[in-house]
Amino acid sequence: MAKTITEKIFSAHAGGARASAGDFVYAAVDIALGNDITAPIAIDQFEKMGAKTVFDRDKVVLVPDHFLPAKDIKSAMQAKILRDFARRQKITHYYEVGRMGIEHALLPERGMVSPGKLIIGADSHTCTYGALAAFATGVGSTDLAAAWATGGCWFKVPETVRFVFRGKLNRWVSGKDLILYTIGQIGVDGALYKAMEFCGPVIERLSMDERLTMANMAIEAGGKSGIIAPDEITFEFIEQTRRRLAAETGAGKLKKAGAVSAEERKRWSALASDADAVYEQVYEFDVTALEPLVALPHLPSNVKPVSRLKKMRVDQVVIGSCTNGRISDLRVAAKILKGKKVHPEVRCIIFPATQAIYRQAMQEGLLDIFVSAHAVVSTPTCGPCLGGHMGILAKGERAIATTNRNFVGRMGHAESEVCLSGPAVAAASAITGRITHPDAVIEPAGVG
Amino acid sequence: MKCKGRAWKFGDNINTDEIIAARYLNTFDEKELGAHCMEDIDPEFPKKIARGDIIVAGKNFGCGSSREHAPIAIKGCGISCVVAESFARIFYRNAINIGLPILASREAPALIGAQDLLEIDLAQGRIINQANGSRYATDTFPPFMQEIVDCGGLIAWVKKRRLQRA
Repeated sequence: MAKTITEKIFSAHAGGARASAGDFVYAAVDIALGNDITAPIAIDQFEKMGAKTVFDRDKVVLVPDHFLPAKDIKSAMQAKILRDFARRQKITHYYEVGRMGIEHALLPERGMVSPGKLIIGADSHTCTYGALAAFATGVGSTDLAAAWATGGCWFKVPETVRFVFRGKLNRWVSGKDLILYTIGQIGVDGALYKAMEFCGPVIERLSMDERLTMANMAIEAGGKSGIIAPDEITFEFIEQTRRRLAAETGAGKLKKAGAVSAEERKRWSALASDADAVYEQVYEFDVTALEPLVALPHLPSNVKPVSRLKKMRVDQVVIGSCTNGRISDLRVAAKILKGKKVHPEVRCIIFPATQAIYRQAMQEGLLDIFVSAHAVVSTPTCGPCLGGHMGILAKGERAIATTNRNFVGRMGHAESEVCLSGPAVAAASAITGRITHPDAVIEPAGVG
Repeated sequence: MKCKGRAWKFGDNINTDEIIAARYLNTFDEKELGAHCMEDIDPEFPKKIARGDIIVAGKNFGCGSSREHAPIAIKGCGISCVVAESFARIFYRNAINIGLPILASREAPALIGAQDLLEIDLAQGRIINQANGSRYATDTFPPFMQEIVDCGGLIAWVKKRRLQRA
């Protein structure tokens, strides 16, 4: 019987059972991830279950990224619970401040994600890893604890909704705009409980960073996961990651260390949904006319083209997060901010998602551009995105952010506002102090 | 198990940031979280409700983050059950896992008025509105999930499963 990529991954993890959409399965997990907010509860529950040791210390990943470096005593105490557990259980993938990055940027960068893996994380944006053709979904702390204890998790195998993107993208239109457009079309519960499969000629040409941005926000449409079939871009990302990691450790011949083997290529390519797989629904979007988008408060589905927004003043601009804190996002922001200044009434906060991205941005001179423009550059943290720390809004203030949620009170006071966009619009808005199309602050391509 | 209490009505897409704001996620103490439940929608909510009262909401209740602090906060402030048109996926799992009673009902939320006195029989999946004698149908849990619900949550379910294996 024909299967979707999601059904294939579940079939491979459910002990030989043929997993089809709608089936309940108990599936083995390849990674079970927690952070400093969610893991302390999981550790508590793990102990209440009477469990002594985690199922596999190489498959438990702990990233203290939300409130670290600790913002207050309570956060420090939570981080300590995580740290102590990691030492006690000899967890391989625990990332201390200085090595830590925002989890959903960090795991792909550390080579932990590859096609066909089944990943759960006690963080809703775990769905990011679907960009690398893994089935990845957010769970709560108790589910995470049970996975640490048993190595598995129960799932209802989701139906798949397929999104086919056709056309040619305009300048400044990115993966962020594609996913905002999608959420705007189907609503914040438009893919409730479903796997969202992104495909079509536009996706085939989309960079891995932008694919990660798209899969990241599947949850914002209620999706259980976002997923993209593996292709040459996927293989190239994995090869580059392996080479970088090999270079770090100085191990082996670098070229050989990087290559995706013929066996891997064959196995991973076979994951793609069969031609006659059953989808719950198929959407076909022609995105040729799409312009940069902004999601207005207080739902990610409240999407408007930037050119239709007039005189929307902003007090703060946030560029970063698990959604848009990767090197290509910073390059876009730097291209716009280069030689310019942030508006005097605006705070512009830029936070590279990981230490490696931070370093790369430093080597490429991007940080110099940001600081010269009077932006601040922060250590990797989830802080401002969820109103945790490092950029909280006061009553009545408005931010434009490259983050993922604009709910009531998301970035601070209950009467503050968050607008969501890609890095180009956010950077342009930092210069003018109101929500701005990038073309308004930068010369058209090919001119001058 | 039965719940009885007054209905507190909320709209569609009530998200986890509204249920418990991130500024309180530096703890997972049930009482402390409960004191801030629904704060950004109604700062007085935890003080207004009586133990056993029931949240009645529209579609996609609990959307947003995976924070288990959300169902913990609802439990911690004394709410006995959440009835909604539909639930966001992670919240749904979390509520079942920690033993916060939840019921999905397509018809009930629109028909229940604010402050109506409700009596809920969880085993039967039955809601009786004592304000007007109406009864509302609810969605039944799939058998697999009912097993976890019957155990009182995932911890007990895992323990039972481990015993069966041993």
